[in-house]
Amino acid sequence: MSRPAPRKPEYHKINKDLFVLTYGALVAQLCKDYEKDEDVNTYLDKMGYGIGTRLVEDFLARSCVGRCHSYSEITDIIAQVAFKMYLGITPSVTCNNSSRNEFSLILDKNPLVEFVEELPAGRSSLCYCNLLCGIIRGALEMVHLAADVTFLQDRLKGDSVTEIGITFLKKLDEKKYRRKK
Amino acid sequence: MLETDTFKLHCFQTLTGIKFVVLADPRQAGIDSLLRKIYEIYSDFALKNPFYSLEMPIRCELFEQNLKLALEVAEKAGTFGPGS
Repeated sequence: MSRPAPRKPEYHKINKDLFVLTYGALVAQLCKDYEKDEDVNTYLDKMGYGIGTRLVEDFLARSCVGRCHSYSEITDIIAQVAFKMYLGITPSVTCNNSSRNEFSLILDKNPLVEFVEELPAGRSSLCYCNLLCGIIRGALEMVHLAADVTFLQDRLKGDSVTEIGITFLKKLDEKKYRRKK
Repeated sequence: MLETDTFKLHCFQTLTGIKFVVLADPRQAGIDSLLRKIYEIYSDFALKNPFYSLEMPIRCELFEQNLKLALEVAEKAGTFGPGS
């Protein structure tokens, strides 16, 4: 009796526009549901956090990156491997302080905002791509690294660049670790 | 890895602290690649299922199907050492 052939990993290509439009629809709906920009930003971050805690395993399983030995190494991997793998872009990395725990990712291109010209009136504090901050935060937490991840600058808000700041807080104690919801 | 006369216990720990444990015949080859394959299957069919909650038992049909296929492939990889 013949056995079915083992399933090879399938990387279906889907249309990038569909993904970008889906993200836009998500943000637009959140804007309808919540009046305050802070609330929309919070929910985008929360959703991103949920994605990040799951996506990190896919990233580690497929990229075969080893254990990192510094925050700077971790930030480089996020920029050069993770962003490349999932969004097809490679942000540049800068270190913002001498204790080497604050870094910035400068996004030259951002596929998520391809069709967004500017933020709507009355939404000047909206962090349109805040999902990304949540994803990074969730992923780092799963490898026992607490971090604050926020948009420091945003082209959509009129800044000259789009900059995501990552501040590594003290390393989480692995044994006492409890995942926040 | 733990070894006895009747079985070998292989453990693979991810950077996130998840442990995959495989109990196999001591002569079974290819367990390392099997463990990595199981990691991929877990990240695909358990974690990407939006209705699966982390740290709960995995009751996902696709996960079980693909796991079964991976085990069949590993078994085909055969054994080493004194033949049966």
